[in-house]
Amino acid sequence: MVSGNSASSSSLSMKSDEDIVNNNNNLRVLVVDDSPMIRKLHDMYLKKFGLKVQVAENGKQAVDLFHFGASFDLILMDKEMPIMDGEEATKELRTMGVTSMIVGVTSLDSPNEKQAFMEAGLDYFFTKPLTTDNISFILQELNKKNNKN
Amino acid sequence: MDVVNQLQRQFIDNSASLHREGFLDDQFTQLQKLQDENSPDFVVEVASLFFEDCEKLINNMSRALEQQQGVDFKQVDASVHQLKGSSSSIGAVRVKNICVAFRSFCEAQNREGCLRCLQQVTHEYSLLKNKLQTLFRLEKQILAAGGSIPGVE
Repeated sequence: MVSGNSASSSSLSMKSDEDIVNNNNNLRVLVVDDSPMIRKLHDMYLKKFGLKVQVAENGKQAVDLFHFGASFDLILMDKEMPIMDGEEATKELRTMGVTSMIVGVTSLDSPNEKQAFMEAGLDYFFTKPLTTDNISFILQELNKKNNKN
Repeated sequence: MDVVNQLQRQFIDNSASLHREGFLDDQFTQLQKLQDENSPDFVVEVASLFFEDCEKLINNMSRALEQQQGVDFKQVDASVHQLKGSSSSIGAVRVKNICVAFRSFCEAQNREGCLRCLQQVTHEYSLLKNKLQTLFRLEKQILAAGGSIPGVE
């Protein structure tokens, strides 16, 4: 489990920007968060890496997308959301057999709450706000996972 | 060119002061770095969403704390938690720090403490909003005068 982060400046050179974008062109990401501001932020971060982004406002919308046949390589899952929270949505998705990488992104303080969220089926956990370094790490791990399959 | 230089100078000074006085941290700089020609209004749009969030959450907290028949501190805490998340994500460090203290008062079910924090968070949010709106106005003026926005460090 990876947790905790601090904002850090990580600038990408022009050449590596292009390489990174090209490598990530086929990866689909679902951002699940009830905050329009966070959805916009994460959408922008991810698009910089060349990812295709879809958003959902709560856990139920995320689960419904999978029920209706959608698939994603990566899900960024907030914890505190109305209707269905991130922990419940993660459990539901894993029960459905979803093997996408699920990364919890939240501002939870309590270690017990973090632990419970991880145990719901997360692959990784990051404290808000996500940084470009976090995303680089996630994509590295996702590419390793995809290369194994 | 003089006008542009003056405006750029003001922009740099305002920006530096926002960081020096602890209103904003490096997270805001990261947002500025994300902005590009495809999304030239990204930072303004994120800031607008943050202001909307703040107003909605502050109203929620205020209503919850006014309840005469008993304050639902969990409800207050839920709003404070959300505000903490939003403020961290935009780099609004003074707002975020008040949220940390606010949550402690919620946990202790201390209504007076919560009310003080609500006052502080309202004040800090208003200050930050004014300062950011000034910064964004300067950006517009610089661009209208044919200049470019000084680079983000």
